[in-house]
Amino acid sequence: MAYHRYDAVVVGAGGAGLMAAIQMAGKANVAVVSKLYPPRSHTGAAQGGISAALGNVEEDHPQWHMFDTVKGGDYLVDQDAASVLAHEAIDAVLELEHMGLPFNRTPDGRIDQRRFGGHTRNYGEGPVRRACYAADRTGHMIIQTLYQQGIKHQLNFFDEHHLLDILFTDDGECCGVVTLEIKTGEIHVIHAKAVLIATGGFGRVFKVTSNAMAGTGDGVALAYRHGVPLMDMEFYQFHPTGIYKLGILLSEAARGEGGIVRNGEGEAFAARYAPTLKDLAPRDMMSRFIHQEIREGRGVDGKDYVLLDLTHLPPELIDAKLPDITDFARTYLGVEPKTEGVPIQPTAHYAMGGLPTDIEGRVIRDRNATVIPGFYSAGESACVSVHGANRLGTNSLVDLVVFGRRAGKHMLRHIQDVQFRPLPEDPEFTARAELANLLSRKSGERAADIRSAMQEVMMDKVSVVRDEPGLVEAQRSVRELRQAYASVAIQDHGTTYNTELLEAHELGCMLDCAESIVAGALARTESRGAHFRSDYEKRDDKNWLAHTLVYKTSGGLDIDKKPVTITEFEPKERKY
Amino acid sequence: MEVTLRIKRYNPDQDVKPAFKEYKVEVEGTDRVLDALNQIKWYQDGTLTYRRSCAHGVCGSDAMRINGRNRLACKILMQELGKKVTLEPLIGFTVVKDLVVDMDKFFDSYKSVKPYLIADDPVGVGERRQSPEQREAFEDTTKCILCAACTTACPVTWTSDEFVGPAAIVNAHRFIFDSRDQAAGERLRILNTRSGVWRCRTIFNCTDACPRGIEVTRAIEQVKRALLFEQA
Ligand SMILES: Cc1cc2nc3c(=O)[nH]c(=O)nc-3n(C[C@H](O)[C@H](O)[C@H](O)COP(=O)(O)OP(=O)(O)OC[C@H]3O[C@@H](n4cnc5c(N)ncnc54)[C@H](O)[C@@H]3O)c2cc1C
Ligand code: SF4
Ligand code: FES
Repeated sequence: MAYHRYDAVVVGAGGAGLMAAIQMAGKANVAVVSKLYPPRSHTGAAQGGISAALGNVEEDHPQWHMFDTVKGGDYLVDQDAASVLAHEAIDAVLELEHMGLPFNRTPDGRIDQRRFGGHTRNYGEGPVRRACYAADRTGHMIIQTLYQQGIKHQLNFFDEHHLLDILFTDDGECCGVVTLEIKTGEIHVIHAKAVLIATGGFGRVFKVTSNAMAGTGDGVALAYRHGVPLMDMEFYQFHPTGIYKLGILLSEAARGEGGIVRNGEGEAFAARYAPTLKDLAPRDMMSRFIHQEIREGRGVDGKDYVLLDLTHLPPELIDAKLPDITDFARTYLGVEPKTEGVPIQPTAHYAMGGLPTDIEGRVIRDRNATVIPGFYSAGESACVSVHGANRLGTNSLVDLVVFGRRAGKHMLRHIQDVQFRPLPEDPEFTARAELANLLSRKSGERAADIRSAMQEVMMDKVSVVRDEPGLVEAQRSVRELRQAYASVAIQDHGTTYNTELLEAHELGCMLDCAESIVAGALARTESRGAHFRSDYEKRDDKNWLAHTLVYKTSGGLDIDKKPVTITEFEPKERKY
Repeated sequence: MEVTLRIKRYNPDQDVKPAFKEYKVEVEGTDRVLDALNQIKWYQDGTLTYRRSCAHGVCGSDAMRINGRNRLACKILMQELGKKVTLEPLIGFTVVKDLVVDMDKFFDSYKSVKPYLIADDPVGVGERRQSPEQREAFEDTTKCILCAACTTACPVTWTSDEFVGPAAIVNAHRFIFDSRDQAAGERLRILNTRSGVWRCRTIFNCTDACPRGIEVTRAIEQVKRALLFEQA
């Protein structure tokens, strides 16, 4: 066992983690732990853009951005947080530019901006150009730029270290983490005054997803096991345009640049459902429109997919602004988007829910927003909540930089104010016991079977459209899979780079995420944003204008509600 | 269709030296090599070890030698390869286990060229201006995902421990040609040393290997020309 002591430890080196760590660089002793080399984080896969009301190409205001965020989230957004997001986005994007991010430019050398779903001018009048971008690899540029800054500031990277446990004192303060050094199999205990969880999302819970194989919700699940509640887990976004069967994302930027989704009859059906924004209606809606077209037999050749049509766009525009995603269509489907439609279906994309935090990134433990001292989260693992029931495109990248930055700044203040708390006795006990258990059997259940059964049932019963019988079935199924997981056996019992062991560990985390998603979805007897219940088709503000909190307890699961913060925009019906 | 994967295996905990092992798997032609690897790992032999994450060619985790050429396992489809496929770790770095190589040397070279914007003038209000044409000058080299396919395809890096390698030069190029950066001279000096660009023999293996379609050799040539111009 190796012991380290740092003022702060950041777990996760995606956009959120790196942004936080950079705030503390040079001012405190910070460790950055990541199971992947930082530039391999899934932030690098983000394509379309990062929104900020710069107004570089047409009139725009942070207040409009805030409104769109609130409405896009079906009014479940905490409006104090949305205001921070929209106003600080401008500064955050400029900071990225100053760090060297190569944004696309306007002819006069400013940051160029494009359209994106749900972003409008003057409170819903029509689309606005708000998304700053770098071709269709905006996330790649963000992760590269932040990693470059990390090198410049000589951050202490613990690359290829896998988080196994989060440490709390008896009185509930966070005091460190336990990691496994993947290359050697050695356990490390990192003692710290402040811990940030920025481990990203958990799309791998579903069968068809745009998320990386590393997107297994580790940090979220490990905190949940310590009694920290998870908020709004039932709100999981399905992005309308994933490559058929593979789930690889074709960015909304494709529609922002003029692409159209067509059904099997060639009809641009979005106009029928959303007359004003058409194909740029928010994602939850577009995914439901596609679902309905397919269910009513208007998929292509009666199958379960429709087409993303870019054939009317100028080929030069495709090459200049959508080079990567058109390349994905060529590589993985053998389809040439300049001349044919690309088969698409909704793909599991983004977790609106996660660890509940305040606007400083501090994780809270209950409906009264009681802070857990020393414990922070930012990025997709966190739920501030700025995305409410449905995130708008480009708002995750804004979330990472705005709230990653705020969390980092707050951690810096916190560590100056407090002393190190003593570690619990035998701090690596739980982590060691868990690994020992996974390594204890020569034969037993196969992790891959459990994983694919979970992914199937989550896709089938807990995706775009849900109902009680389906959710009950999913709940039972996840419980059974959890029992099976208790006797999982793996073949690799070595210490060097044992990825089979880590995959099994990740599966345990995914089962926790799945369990809490289903629990939230069953409890919420209404339809709002990405959570659509065919047995409760209406939004129910009287009973459900509230966040859900799911707790893991010794006796099972507890569910509580937390009020939504409403400052400026009263809930209204959501039409586009 | 059934294919045979011949995979070079090595586990330092138990093996004295690497050896090939064969696996038969049922795949679709449109499956990625990564899908075939996953099938083996999940259903035949859990000890098989490789890196992966994004599964669509953007994170740079899974560069390896596929039938003798450096490729990303997630970007090559089985139908491109025939019935017998040989997979080996990248050449030139220490093998950690099976297809996983030690990347420390690679990242050290990368860091040695100061791969971050250096511009110390105070910035005014708003963004630094840069015209679309100025941006175009380094667009190609911004695409790098640090997969190491180019560096480990270069015969010079196989024989010399010192050469920084194509990937580091690509990332230096990204800043040298960025109109906002002020440290081109510093980076050019680094690349003018014994371990720098002059070791390049213009063999083009790097350009062939790059999964992002970066014209690596061209970028290296541009750096060489910048050096000659500076010295003249
Ligand atoms: C294909 C795609 C396209 C997208 N496009 C856009 C877009 O255009 N605009 C937008 O706003 N949003 C977009 N999103 C969403 C956005 O990219 C993500 O939500 C965001 O990047 C998540 O960032 P993060 O920092 O929270 O986590 P990530 O970038 O996912 O990073 C997670 C980090 O945690 C580490 N980690 C995880 N588990 C462990 C563990 N057990 N131990 C140690 N380390 C661990 C990983 O190594 C990694 O460094 C897109 C998402 C996808 C999938
Ligand atoms: S230049 Fe290409 S091959 Fe080389 S590291 Fe970058 S992406 Fe990989
Ligand atoms: S897994 Fe990311 S590049 Fe292949």
